Amino acid sequence: MNERTDIGALRARLEGTRGREYWRSLEQLAETAEFKEFLHREFPQNASEWLDPVGRRGFLKLMGASLALAGVSACTRQPTEELVPYVRQPEELVPGKPLFYATAMPFAGAGVGLLVESHEGRPTKIEGNPDHPSSRGATDLFAQAAILGLYDPDRTQTITNLGEIRPFSSFAAEARAILSSQQTSQGAGVRILSETIASPTLAAQIRELLTRFPQAKWVQWEPFGRHSAREGSRLAFGEYVDAQYAIEKADLIVSLDADFLCTGASGLKHSRAFASRRRMGGDGAPLNRLYAIESSPTNTGSRADHRLPLRASQIEGVARALAAQLGVAGFAGGALPEAATRWMAPLVRDLQASRGRSIVIAGDGQPAIVHAIAHAMNETLGNVGATVVYTQPAEAQPMNQLAGLRDLVAEMNAGTIEFLLILGGNPVYTAPSDLEFADAMQKARLRAHLGIYEDETAALCHWHIPETHFLETWSDVRSDDGTVTIVQPLIAPLYNGRSAHEVMSALSENGERSAYDIVREYWAAQSGFSLQPVIPPPAPTSGGEVAPTGGAQIAPAPGGGVAPTGAAQIAPPGKGAVAVVPGRAPIVAAPVPALSPFDREWRRWLHDGIVPTTAFMPRTVAVQANFAAQVPASPAAAGAALEVVFRPDPSVYDGRFANNAWLQELPKSLTKLTWDNAALISPATAARLNLISGDVVELRQGGRSLRIPVWLVPGHAPDTLTLHLGYGRTRAGRAANGIGVDVNPLRTTGAPDILTGVELVKTGDVYDLASTQDHWSLEGRNLVRVATAAQFAQDPQFARKQEHQPLTGLTMYGNYKYEGYAWGMAIDQNVCTGCNSCVVACVAENNIPVVGKSQVLNGREMHWLRVDRYYTGDLENPDTYHQPMPCQQCENAPCEVVCPVSATVHSSEGLNDMVYNRCVGTRYCSNNCPYKVRRFNFLLYSDWNTESYWLQRNPDVTVRSRGVMEKCTYCVQRINQARVAAKLDDRSIRDGDVVTACQAACPTEAIVFGNINDPGSRVSKLKASPLNYGLLEELNTRPRTTYLAIVRNPNTELEPAADTGEGEERN
Amino acid sequence: MPQIFKASANTLAKVSIVGILFLAGGTIGLIMVLGRSSYVTRANEYIEQPLQFSHAHHVGDDGIDCRYCHTSVETSSFAGIPPTKTCMNCHSQIWANSPFLEPVRASFREDKSLHWIRVHDLPDFVYFNHSIHIKKGMGCETCHGRVDRMPLMEQQASLQMEWCVACHRAPEQYVRPRSEIFTMGYRPTEPQSTLGPKLVKAYQISANTSCSTCHR
Repeated sequence: MNERTDIGALRARLEGTRGREYWRSLEQLAETAEFKEFLHREFPQNASEWLDPVGRRGFLKLMGASLALAGVSACTRQPTEELVPYVRQPEELVPGKPLFYATAMPFAGAGVGLLVESHEGRPTKIEGNPDHPSSRGATDLFAQAAILGLYDPDRTQTITNLGEIRPFSSFAAEARAILSSQQTSQGAGVRILSETIASPTLAAQIRELLTRFPQAKWVQWEPFGRHSAREGSRLAFGEYVDAQYAIEKADLIVSLDADFLCTGASGLKHSRAFASRRRMGGDGAPLNRLYAIESSPTNTGSRADHRLPLRASQIEGVARALAAQLGVAGFAGGALPEAATRWMAPLVRDLQASRGRSIVIAGDGQPAIVHAIAHAMNETLGNVGATVVYTQPAEAQPMNQLAGLRDLVAEMNAGTIEFLLILGGNPVYTAPSDLEFADAMQKARLRAHLGIYEDETAALCHWHIPETHFLETWSDVRSDDGTVTIVQPLIAPLYNGRSAHEVMSALSENGERSAYDIVREYWAAQSGFSLQPVIPPPAPTSGGEVAPTGGAQIAPAPGGGVAPTGAAQIAPPGKGAVAVVPGRAPIVAAPVPALSPFDREWRRWLHDGIVPTTAFMPRTVAVQANFAAQVPASPAAAGAALEVVFRPDPSVYDGRFANNAWLQELPKSLTKLTWDNAALISPATAARLNLISGDVVELRQGGRSLRIPVWLVPGHAPDTLTLHLGYGRTRAGRAANGIGVDVNPLRTTGAPDILTGVELVKTGDVYDLASTQDHWSLEGRNLVRVATAAQFAQDPQFARKQEHQPLTGLTMYGNYKYEGYAWGMAIDQNVCTGCNSCVVACVAENNIPVVGKSQVLNGREMHWLRVDRYYTGDLENPDTYHQPMPCQQCENAPCEVVCPVSATVHSSEGLNDMVYNRCVGTRYCSNNCPYKVRRFNFLLYSDWNTESYWLQRNPDVTVRSRGVMEKCTYCVQRINQARVAAKLDDRSIRDGDVVTACQAACPTEAIVFGNINDPGSRVSKLKASPLNYGLLEELNTRPRTTYLAIVRNPNTELEPAADTGEGEERN
Repeated sequence: MPQIFKASANTLAKVSIVGILFLAGGTIGLIMVLGRSSYVTRANEYIEQPLQFSHAHHVGDDGIDCRYCHTSVETSSFAGIPPTKTCMNCHSQIWANSPFLEPVRASFREDKSLHWIRVHDLPDFVYFNHSIHIKKGMGCETCHGRVDRMPLMEQQASLQMEWCVACHRAPEQYVRPRSEIFTMGYRPTEPQSTLGPKLVKAYQISANTSCSTCHR
């Protein structure tokens, strides 16, 4: 933003508009020159211009050369390619066909169930496991991007001691020596520091060590480790329990600063359940209603029917007042901010009316008391047992992590720590700054670090051991509801890594063992099945059960299909093992190793991706009567003193994904920022402080300070700044080093989530932030169409009535009749939360390159699928809508008619094909695309040189080179695979056979793809909905991608305008 | 003032104008011919392999079915190159001590793959699927030629797009009964002009010519 925007004028303008107006950014509202540039050109000025002057001579030379080259390029001989077959081919592997393996991704104290696609032994794409209760086939953006993390060339590759390469045995010897010297003191000088561990086996291994050394301690530290949730449950119930929410049963949900749809281990599950109550029509479930009270805008807040931006420190007061009004013992109402006062009575009435069918959820960033109040309110409202159940936590050893880390630092400073073993994590970077963790750690006599990267912590440790990625090792993990998944490797460790299991076993009395043996032995003991094989009866057993093949230790595959249909596939009955031909001796199959009873179970667990009956049983807990008295009300911020809330970054989390370029380049859902973090601030506060986006400010509190650019976010709570952790890394790798700002210097153990009394000083510096919010802006009206439930009941056709012009249906080319399949997509904006997993899934599936910050600033990002975010209403509390924008696959595609070389043409099934090998890069197509969904390779963006990335690429999609246009293909490779599979079976493609990458990843099933010629297909049914509309249909492009208009469900008491015709168009 | 140009200059000018036209046409023609020549397509070119494997011997003399080695041709896009184990099925018994087969035994012994040179190499932006062509009645011979007469494997067709599209536009000229797919030297029992359309109908061949059929 180069011009100074006048926030007051913007507000006046918004008030002056009649009806609804949808805007993407403040710049659009202000109609800055920069925004107009983005609107009127498909690429901004500098992006597409050739700035060097070209004279007549130069022009002739270039013309001559290009003519000659155009001819010659047809005459190049291809380089020689080698074919390298197996020596012994694994039985389950068919060359050219991918296999899918069930596994799970451990993340921040819980696991997400996954199916990973493997092409001849190299994992290429991650999907959710449909059988897994936490993912139900969907994935979040971190799971999608994990595949790039596996192949990251910046992962550490060698075991080092003080920078020198050493074998693992030397580490084991030194660690054992120091442990034996600790025998007498019972391990008083031994400390293990890990992230939150949800692996039962690893926890058992650590406990075994603690039994041998009773004075040793295990400390867990996760910078966003749900410390408030944990302490809140202890406050309310006297013990650690996890609340499991049945969102699908709730008619009313109140979020107290909780982003329950898009963060945390239960986000995927919650999103699916939430979506089931937001669809219009279909299963007939009535709409739910979501109230969100939040400080920093979240995706959950963007889906709320009522959203109240409040300063984080004021939310406790609201929670207390709400509890008092609902009749929770021990609470009395206090003074509330004005906005909240207006809310209180209608909200209480609504909650009282939905007793047993409501949920109150407290956010992880809120103090423990708010969590305890939420538990008490749920109990008072009769929700416990109905919409809320309590179970034991998924993490293996819940503990007060902040206190544990503080004690550890004190002990290290006291010089009593002889051996500090850090199992994963990066505490030097993530520990609150008041602990001075780096200084304290260096007082431990021997420090060893196990980690994927040689990061800030590794640099200060004596030993550094490369850790295996979760796709490289055997392990196990619990998901949030307790279900255990055996983590199975897809590939042998690329960089000689060790898993935490192997490091712990090297320290045990039994000595070094493989993770495979450790995990199996643990579960054999747990399940009670014997590991000893039973000698089979003489009848031959299955030929399909083969021992894991060398190297990568790959277990039986769940078959070639995307979704395994059941355990039966894994062990085909023994047919074909004996072929009896009359007159010849029977050919007897090779002897198969006998299976132990445990192996039979184990193989089914691996195939299904879950260990049955491991989900937690609900626990009965009662809220303690006197908890309210234990915690005095903390003072809410008053006046204009600024406060700061700390949040994990939406893309790189706490910094653990910082070196993942897919995530760095992903426009963050609400700010659309890439490659940076910024202090988010509300427009009103920014206007008061005379700030605009990009201004660098210095934040000071208690002698600590940092400098960070600000970014204006409509709907942000006033007088509050949101700071995202995860940036400002110094030893993360080539993608993350030195970008963004480390906000840890302001974070302390006393105020890990909310910091009050912050002083802001404008420095006068300006910093270029690469936000994509104005890139690919559409020029058109009524792109987003919204009505309330009441308006929809009155006029179900409201979306159609908002067409800018009546549709004529005229065409110059004649109407083509699509016989057979006609592919189409419907996107239900009612359930889209803007979580971004579809965007990363698209990047992973379609080999989409990363371009870097400077290219993003030029408007050259390559994402085929973007999620447009629109605001409407008040600057300080607008409604927010998300609109995923893939190629619209127009039937009358404007791009096709302008291509001089027919590089983009229509297929017989209605796809708008892009032929890379024909494209000469005129960019006329992009210029003519009203939806701006085409992307051009201005430079050679695909990394063709880093060998490890070659393994990641999808072999079914071309890797594009420089000078080529590209765009969404509706995942035509998946369509073609389904078509071939159907033809081989002599049938037609069934509904659901083709699942695009974005659709597969979507937690809310907002994206539906299929054959629109089949009236029974899901996509046809959605397109038949009265809510269905196409974007810019007045241009007669006849898009195959259409959208379902949004129906909100506001409380009429709070939004009296809901009954009037507010949704009318503004022309 | 004397004439600068003689009368013959007129002729010269006319000849050179015509000459330039011929030169331009010739250059374009040359490029088109060169692009289709076996220098570019590598058709009919014998390629030195790590081991001089003879299809003529294994297919022609021994009569081994294509699918004994190319196991996934009916189920996958890739027909499959046999693992060393497949060679050793026979050659642990036959010619077990032949020095000629030492690379195969070494591969098996040392667990190191043989590195064959790809003969039929489509550009990387083209996606071909063997299984569907087999299913729809395309014989191996139609594209790969008389493999049973090739002592060393050679590419017979140009593998250029015009060659692919010729069949995709008129599959009836090339289709054969499913029973004859792996037959070398197949002769239709009735004229192709009547058999072809019948088979196209029976096999429900809808040879697609949309770009995304092969390019994606």
